[in-house]
Amino acid sequence: MQKPLLTIRALRIEGRSGDRWHPIVNGIDLTLHRGEVLGLIGESGAGKSTLGLAAMGFARDGCRIAGGTIDFDGMDLIHAPEAQRRALRGRRIAYVAQSAAASFNPAHRLIDQYCEGPVTHGVLPRDQARADAVELYRRMRLPDPAAIGLRYPHQVSGGQLQRAMTAMAMACRPDLIIFDEPTTALDVTTQIEVLHAIRDIVRQFGTAAIYITHDLAVVAQMADRIKILRRGDEVEEASTRAMLAAPREAYTRSLWAVRSFARPEQPKPTGTPVLSVRNVTAGYGAVDVLKDISFDIHARRTLAVVGESGSGKSTTARVITGLLPPRRGEILMGGRVLPPGFRARSRDELRQCQMIYQMADTALNPKLRLRELIGRPAAMYLGLAGRALETRIRELLALIELDPDTYIDRLPSELSGGQKQRVGIARALAAEPRLIICDEVTSALDQIVQEGILKLLDRLQAELDLAYMFITHDLATVKAIADEVVVMQHGQVVERGPKSALFARPEQAYTELLLSSVPEMDPDWLTRRLAGRVPG
Amino acid sequence: MTLILSLLAGLALCGVLAFAARAALQAVVPPRHRTACREMPLTAAFGLAIILIYVFVALFAPVLAPFGEGEVVGDQFLPWAAPHPLGTDRLGRDMLTRLLYGARNTVGIAFATTALAFLVGSVLGIWAALVGGWLDQGLSRLVDALMAIPALIFSLLLLTIFGTSVVTLILVIAAVDATRVYRLARSVAQGIVVMDYIEAARLRGEGSWHLIRREILPNAMAPLVAEFGLRFCFVFLAISALSFLGLGIQPPTADWGSMVRDNATLITFGDITPLLPAGAIALLTVAVNFVVDWQLHRASGLRE
Repeated sequence: MQKPLLTIRALRIEGRSGDRWHPIVNGIDLTLHRGEVLGLIGESGAGKSTLGLAAMGFARDGCRIAGGTIDFDGMDLIHAPEAQRRALRGRRIAYVAQSAAASFNPAHRLIDQYCEGPVTHGVLPRDQARADAVELYRRMRLPDPAAIGLRYPHQVSGGQLQRAMTAMAMACRPDLIIFDEPTTALDVTTQIEVLHAIRDIVRQFGTAAIYITHDLAVVAQMADRIKILRRGDEVEEASTRAMLAAPREAYTRSLWAVRSFARPEQPKPTGTPVLSVRNVTAGYGAVDVLKDISFDIHARRTLAVVGESGSGKSTTARVITGLLPPRRGEILMGGRVLPPGFRARSRDELRQCQMIYQMADTALNPKLRLRELIGRPAAMYLGLAGRALETRIRELLALIELDPDTYIDRLPSELSGGQKQRVGIARALAAEPRLIICDEVTSALDQIVQEGILKLLDRLQAELDLAYMFITHDLATVKAIADEVVVMQHGQVVERGPKSALFARPEQAYTELLLSSVPEMDPDWLTRRLAGRVPG
Repeated sequence: MTLILSLLAGLALCGVLAFAARAALQAVVPPRHRTACREMPLTAAFGLAIILIYVFVALFAPVLAPFGEGEVVGDQFLPWAAPHPLGTDRLGRDMLTRLLYGARNTVGIAFATTALAFLVGSVLGIWAALVGGWLDQGLSRLVDALMAIPALIFSLLLLTIFGTSVVTLILVIAAVDATRVYRLARSVAQGIVVMDYIEAARLRGEGSWHLIRREILPNAMAPLVAEFGLRFCFVFLAISALSFLGLGIQPPTADWGSMVRDNATLITFGDITPLLPAGAIALLTVAVNFVVDWQLHRASGLRE
């Protein structure tokens, strides 16, 4: 048996909060052979990224390696002098971060950033490095490989940037690359290109890789082995196929089962829709972002608006809420035409349509306690005060499954991500609305937490006769909760129909592409998907 | 040797004062804030104690002072001896008395000025950031124009026009300082108004006053509080400078700034009396900044 490239034994990493150190990773073993791809899976806070960085002998600020050994090709990374570790990084171990847009220096051209590594480490002189960059750009299937390097990061798309970053990581032909959620921020149709390119290049150069993600279906395509982490502990490790076929631990099975939540489609509605969007055209400046959009939402029904980023999903929400008055067309709420701008709308009209945001962190004022966050809309719209208001706040907290006595005086920073999103829901409910617009409400959350939020929304809809407009790019969420689907592309409605029909028989090519780009749990999915693709 | 000993003794005294202040505060405050008091650093406790002492002195100056504020009680420049524990000044007024009254005048005026500057500057700044457009342009360019005139010249001009009274002094310095606060508040608020929770509040139909007071101001507090500590000290300097030029606090009202200048000649003779009012200013400045640092630390959310 060949000697492993990377051996981590009983690694413990601690993080500091105030004066105390608490464990982030407690005693994890990891072995990686040359040319092997290991998938690290876990929810946020599981220690995935910390472990990934530790494989480079690096601990983030405020973290320290408290014990264990990290052996990279015969070298002790914990006790090696910093200069020696630095010589290793970028040259023999490379790192690809989640957000390529934030990781590139916006002031330099892509190719100059590419050359930095090989030139600093003395691997290649600058002119050869530039030639090499073009070659790698070609292999990553970037358009116009000879010229794309001359662009600045903001001049290329997110998927291209992520591929350029992978190419850059490859520049010194490292033995090991750490991918930290490289496709999480991308649309499904872009994700598939990036996955394809990453998988090819890792195989071509026989590079070992650690692939960190929270998306099981993605890791199934990429990894030879999967290791599952939870709160800094290893849950289990097995080869990808074995793990998918027969997960041993209950926690693993719960991860697998998350996507199984799906509610039955609600019966076809009658009567006046809660919301009608009629022939709306809207945009910023001279550009029309939305072109002639129309759809209806009925009470107790959920309409999912899907599409890639830039397709106009969020702009639709802005038009409905009145933040962006449309150029043409009108919005009807319960059969009555709403004034185009929110300032012209009456308090009651504002009350009927509430919004839940993607990032609960920025949607809740960090300085206000839950009492005021939830109580304010109830006090404003319904005129509650004193004891009645207190009772109402407590009812709402109970409704979102948070214990009123414990939580009523907390600040948002004292809540977990899922709890914050629940508070966002409670704030919307406090207004007693008829329609709630959910803008990517689950995309910042872990899968298990997502499921909890979706179930909560589903229950509330039945209890309170709500209509939902669900904006999302995640088709799994659509499958779980939608009754009707609107597919958008370039600001237009491409296709519209009941969920079951749309998923079974997509009529438009774009819908089909979108549906078929969603990774499946089958490890051969990517291969099959690429084989079935029409060349060109 | 004595110098080192007295330094050590002074430090020990400060420590004891800080400990005592913290213990006393814990006993006094309502239970909700008790943890905050327990975790208060000693520097902050010291600062609070000093500020409270100053406030006490300012309030009870007529009771504490042995003589009248402008009363000539003896020869000029008497040494430190009973009945004048800190001697007398250039005109033969009791130094201790003047020092006590100075707390009332200087600190009171400086505090009122800074508070006014912050009230006006931050509300206008946040309002400009919130509304944007023409209002923002108008206010900001006006402030730019005001800031283009050197602060001292501008205050001299205004004081000459409106005359020198305590009220005009406060208003003039506050107006000059409010421009600086406006700029800070506006730039901080610009980062806050784009947050989703502001959008949510707007869509809820909240008015500007609620948005400024409940949604934006609490989130802009940290930099504003830090600026307050700094600005407070600059106001002292401004008052002293104006007094020096004869347009500030008018004699015989006691003011620490002019007391330093009036008695400066004594330093040539090795007498440290003129340094006492200067020391009083310095001590308060340090104390205010200790407290501000602590508040800043708390506001920046560095607690678990």
